[in-house]
Amino acid sequence: MSSHRTAAEGLFGPSPTTLLRFATAGSVDDGKSTLVGRLLHDSKSVLADQMEAVEHASRARGAAVPDLALLTDGLRAEREQGITIDVAYRYFATPRRRFILADTPGHVQYTRNMVTGASTAELTVILVDARNGVVEQTRRHAAIAALLRVPHVVLAVNKMDLVGYAESVFALIAEEFTAYATALGVPEVTAIPISALAGDNVVEPSARMDWYGGPTVLEHLESVEVGDGAAEGATRFPVQMVIRHQGERYYAGQLLSGRLRVGEAVTVQPSGRVTTVAALDVLGQAADAVAAGASLSVRLADEIDVGRGDMLTAGPRPPRIAKTVEATVCHVADTPLTVGQRVLLKHTTRTVKAIVEDIPSRLTLDDLSQHPEPGSLVANDIGRVRVRTAEPLALDSYADSRRTGAFLLIDPVDGTTLAAGMAGDAFRAAGAVVAAVAVEADGWDF
Amino acid sequence: MNPRPIGTMTDDLSALGHLDALESESVHIFREVAGEFERPVILFSGGKDSIVMLHLALKAFAPAPVPFALLHVDTGHNFPEVLDYRDRVVAERGLRLHIASVQDYIDRGVLRERPDGTRNPLQTVPLTERIRTERFDAVFGGGRRDEEKARAKERVFSLRDEFSQWDPRRQRPELWQLYNGRHAPGEHVRVFPLSNWTELDVWQYIAREKIDLPAIYYAHERPVFRRAGMWLTAGDWGGPTADEPVETRLIRYRTVGDMSCTGAVDSDATTIEKVIAEIAASRLTERGATRADDKLSEAAMEDRKREGYF
Repeated sequence: MSSHRTAAEGLFGPSPTTLLRFATAGSVDDGKSTLVGRLLHDSKSVLADQMEAVEHASRARGAAVPDLALLTDGLRAEREQGITIDVAYRYFATPRRRFILADTPGHVQYTRNMVTGASTAELTVILVDARNGVVEQTRRHAAIAALLRVPHVVLAVNKMDLVGYAESVFALIAEEFTAYATALGVPEVTAIPISALAGDNVVEPSARMDWYGGPTVLEHLESVEVGDGAAEGATRFPVQMVIRHQGERYYAGQLLSGRLRVGEAVTVQPSGRVTTVAALDVLGQAADAVAAGASLSVRLADEIDVGRGDMLTAGPRPPRIAKTVEATVCHVADTPLTVGQRVLLKHTTRTVKAIVEDIPSRLTLDDLSQHPEPGSLVANDIGRVRVRTAEPLALDSYADSRRTGAFLLIDPVDGTTLAAGMAGDAFRAAGAVVAAVAVEADGWDF
Repeated sequence: MNPRPIGTMTDDLSALGHLDALESESVHIFREVAGEFERPVILFSGGKDSIVMLHLALKAFAPAPVPFALLHVDTGHNFPEVLDYRDRVVAERGLRLHIASVQDYIDRGVLRERPDGTRNPLQTVPLTERIRTERFDAVFGGGRRDEEKARAKERVFSLRDEFSQWDPRRQRPELWQLYNGRHAPGEHVRVFPLSNWTELDVWQYIAREKIDLPAIYYAHERPVFRRAGMWLTAGDWGGPTADEPVETRLIRYRTVGDMSCTGAVDSDATTIEKVIAEIAASRLTERGATRADDKLSEAAMEDRKREGYF
């Protein structure tokens, strides 16, 4: 398999190329569409017929120059109203990397869309207008990136052309934002001065900001480390299904974090039974060790009861086996979430009955102010919940593992996705947050 | 084959190559559906995307056979090479095939031939009726988000009501890789395992996995005529008319759909390496280059999807 793989991918230069999922949050006012349009256009990812369609539609709307926002606004209502409603996924590639861009609207009523885009992103680009600096919306976007534990954050200080490409303007904004984001627990902030309109530091380095020695946006996207550190995490393998063939049982799933090795002891959660990995098969290829990210099947040494919803774990950091979940949720449905509501909780491959026992607080992301005992959460609200489940879950803190700390709350009647949950504390450094945003220390329970 | 570590080919232990990452994601989607649904079915047109989809399904459930049937919506205007391919794959893999026939609906007077002879829009009724009568609850489609701007907004799990309709404003948010397949009786979920693949990824994967395709994807000589800026194959589906001269050209198909609306492109790409090089250099999207049905209006795909199209 490996010999012809190299040949096929070698047609495009160095191989294998990696995949980066990233998100952008912002509004048209910040120049987000222009930035996305320029990334796609300058990386030669917009093809002639797409550009022709954009030019045609722009002319029909009376615009003098092509409106690059029309590249991403795919629904009729979005084009007619000139707004982005939903997450749009865009795909482009450079010789070094393949990119999946989740392009999300920035206003507060679209918090759920931003949370959706950030949930799978390994990097978020947050846009700031250099004339306005860090505003309420910027703080909200930083809080979402911190809440969703996006490992890399890029602050793109846009419209530098309108502030005379002044280093002092950029430095002040970068310093203020970095301090705020770091206090929230964002592990890495890269600030880049750009002009999306003029093309400075988006794909090509700017000739007008020689005081800036860092990468352009695209250079950073191409070189940032991917993989989320998942391979270094604790071993987590939720069983999706059991494949039975000629008397053998193959446990099929995706290794979400850590490693699996033949001969290694694994624990079946939540039952706690211990057995040994007898064989690993990665889609037709036998392996003696597998790292996070791969879909595979596992054979176990002992005939024990394992099925969909169980999880194989290994290593020193076992998950918490619990029937009570304390978590931060983003409410995504149009109907509210209320105390006492009966729901389904979907965690990895396990879906269990659950009840919302308490909603201790609601959080305003713009200023991190909290509102105790709101009673219910409505669409786009972020809040703390305590949920009790009918069956035990093998839970990690979302801070330790995004894939095994995340869950959905689902309406058992009509199947609506109600809320996106993150187990454990909301922000990494609650004490620092308190200091940074000056809320009363005794009232802070995030 | 000697066992070896997977995911450790490069210095960066955590990073899968992009084709491995896409493959793993698609297999995960197939297995989620197998774990949660009663009667899934794979839409199979014999086009490259559905062929890659079937290949992924075969890998996802190996060494056991694919636990789903295939469903082909036959417009009656299919390329014979594609039908031959379909029947060969079904026989070789021991698969079960359902065929919903547009011709049959026309013969019974349920559907009427369109003035332009195009049958692509006519597929929706046979498709949705077959889903209903067979009580399929999960329907795999080969749609990709990079194909078209309405598809860019599509979910991996896309809920359809009992009339198979898609309402883009009532889609469920899809977070992490936690797919919500809950649905009411009569509703079903369209599932798109190739959502995050691009045309180039599909071809690179076909090359890597050495997947056999119908020959019409590679350059060959064929009698064609010009209509609406595209090279169409002459045939008894309604072309050419008297003022559309037929000429023999060296062409290949970049997409494969209904003969009446799928255009060929001038090409000398006789091998997969040449096809990949051609796509990498192309300045047109595959649908822009080859599909008359998407040129109807700015929202042509969105409108068809709302009505239950693939």
